[in-house]
Amino acid sequence: MFEQLSNIRNAIPAWRSFRNLPPLARHEMKQGLLFLAPWLFGFLVFTFLPMLASLLFSFTDIKLTDNILQMPNFIGFGNWTQLFKDPQVWEIKSSTLGSLWITLKFGLIALPVGIFVPLGLAVLMNNKRLVAPMFFRSMFYMPYIIPFVAAIFLWGGMLNPETGWINRTLMAFGMPKENVPTWANDVQWVYPTYVIMGIWGIGNAMLIMLAGLQGVPTELYDAARVDGANPWQTFWKVTFPMISPVIFYNLTLSVVGLFQYFLVPLVVNNGTGRPGGSTNFYNLYLYKTAFVFFNMSYGATLAWLLFLIILVVTIVLFGTARFWVYYAGESRS
Amino acid sequence: MTKTAFTKIRNIFSTTFTTVLAISLLVIFLAPFLFMVFTSMKNQEQISTVGSPIWPAKFPKFEYNGKSLDIFKVTLPDGTTKELALLKKGQKESVFIDPKEPEAGEIAWQGSWRSLDRPWKFTFESAVSNYKEVIETINFPRLLWNTTFYALMTEIGTLISCVLVAYGFARFRFPGRDLLFILLISTLFLPGAVTIIPTYTFFQRIGWVGTWLPLIVPAFFANAYDVFLLRQYFMTLPRELDEAAMIDGASPLTVLWSVIIPQSYPALMAITVFHIVWAWNDYFGPLIYLSTKPELQPISVALSRFNGIYGSRPQLIQAGALMSLILPLILFAAAQRFFVQGIVITGVEK
Repeated sequence: MFEQLSNIRNAIPAWRSFRNLPPLARHEMKQGLLFLAPWLFGFLVFTFLPMLASLLFSFTDIKLTDNILQMPNFIGFGNWTQLFKDPQVWEIKSSTLGSLWITLKFGLIALPVGIFVPLGLAVLMNNKRLVAPMFFRSMFYMPYIIPFVAAIFLWGGMLNPETGWINRTLMAFGMPKENVPTWANDVQWVYPTYVIMGIWGIGNAMLIMLAGLQGVPTELYDAARVDGANPWQTFWKVTFPMISPVIFYNLTLSVVGLFQYFLVPLVVNNGTGRPGGSTNFYNLYLYKTAFVFFNMSYGATLAWLLFLIILVVTIVLFGTARFWVYYAGESRS
Repeated sequence: MTKTAFTKIRNIFSTTFTTVLAISLLVIFLAPFLFMVFTSMKNQEQISTVGSPIWPAKFPKFEYNGKSLDIFKVTLPDGTTKELALLKKGQKESVFIDPKEPEAGEIAWQGSWRSLDRPWKFTFESAVSNYKEVIETINFPRLLWNTTFYALMTEIGTLISCVLVAYGFARFRFPGRDLLFILLISTLFLPGAVTIIPTYTFFQRIGWVGTWLPLIVPAFFANAYDVFLLRQYFMTLPRELDEAAMIDGASPLTVLWSVIIPQSYPALMAITVFHIVWAWNDYFGPLIYLSTKPELQPISVALSRFNGIYGSRPQLIQAGALMSLILPLILFAAAQRFFVQGIVITGVEK
């Protein structure tokens, strides 16, 4: 899906090509644009204009109760100076971190899990020796379709400090009652708890990686074997480059998703930031600012900072892709 | 040992190893389902008893002379342990009766009956009352209708708009098309937060907050994921049929309707099933637009309130969770193939 994004240079049309369009091509363009119209209109009304409006909001003190035609009150850079001094975003020295660092810290734990667990499972599913691979594939994918609120309740029950099966198992194996983790109630354990609660979301990535693995031509493995490569070398020199596009796809979408992470803490801890303020994720702070306290201008300022951060991170990721993502064959257009 | 025999043994070993590994991982992975089913059938007494079994159970009773007696595990002087019904409670000595042979008479036992353990007996008789209570408190039929309505309306919008847009991207060549396509794909990276605040403010001012409209109307304007999936599929269809129809004088819309769509059944099915699951799971939109209208909320939002309501009654939380996931699960069982195909197209295609 993302290869086309790296071809952006070839996609930019020259002005000449519009001016010298022959009548038949002009007709085709008209018809094509007509079919794209629903999206073009939707993009304009539900994406582009709201983005601009968000930026505009960040320079005003707009109220939800204002009249629709009333001009918002411009206050200059007030929201932005507040943002850059806001300890709820930036605090790094005290034990209660700012929401941006909380998001980063959680991301550093969740991202490797989100890549390597599906990859490991895909390798297992791709093993020629596995009996009934289709059955396992379906079963590992299946929890992906469960509503996430239900998944939180199921895993939340499993992780209940007293009655959950995980702690009961730990105690059955001889762990003393006072040493078992209290999971979502413990600052040390709350991030792993969220990671476990999200583990059912790996089905999608697993299937994509599995399809990537199945797409590696067997001749390449034969050639590697003839050359005397060991399994480790074969993985890094053959498999990994061949599946790097699907890894890149999952990595990019995971990173973008993790910057916006907040629904799980919103449901599990009611968005309170418990325990000890460790679950005040950036997007949760944004959500509360805009939709609990209805401070739309400051919410929009937070949203634009998030947008800029994600933009920069995505550009950097696409920049690194040149060095490690390998698109075999030519692209279809 | 010959080489082939050695290979055979090695193959058997690795087959066993990989399969056992996969089964063990799967058991851990899916254990919460069993947890949910078991917990949803427990009664309050079991929930609040520390160390009660993981499966739904109750303390058995014994009817004796019109009285309902509790049963205890009693170690008798001869060293055997029997499950006996407590007839007369005493501090130092209690009188029991054996439920298996009540005609044998009363059994006197030295010791404090309070120190005795009670046996658990498997039962799912609380299931009915648990599920009934959940269905009534959250008005489950209403939620089911709300969610289905939401899924259907947005489904119609998504299908119509995405088919049109994908056809435009797949079959028409013009300068700037590829740039527009890149723009479409890059909206996948756009954080929803950067558009939601003005959008909400706007909908609030035109009086749409508290109705379905802000959730349904945008679905009629296509989305990147489904357009990409359909476009990839359309491009694998041979152009010859289109061209033949065009020569016969068919308009592009006729070609789309009578040539492309009939060939695209798998891709359209994939979008349909993904969309139903997505709508069933959608949380944030309904949460902000319908927060003041509980009677319009879909199942995910209603379910999330359970955490607060039923903190001390996890059996009801689990029963609610089960009811919310049963429909997606049936859909998955029926349409697995389309899920897999759809994911492969979006994730693996360039």
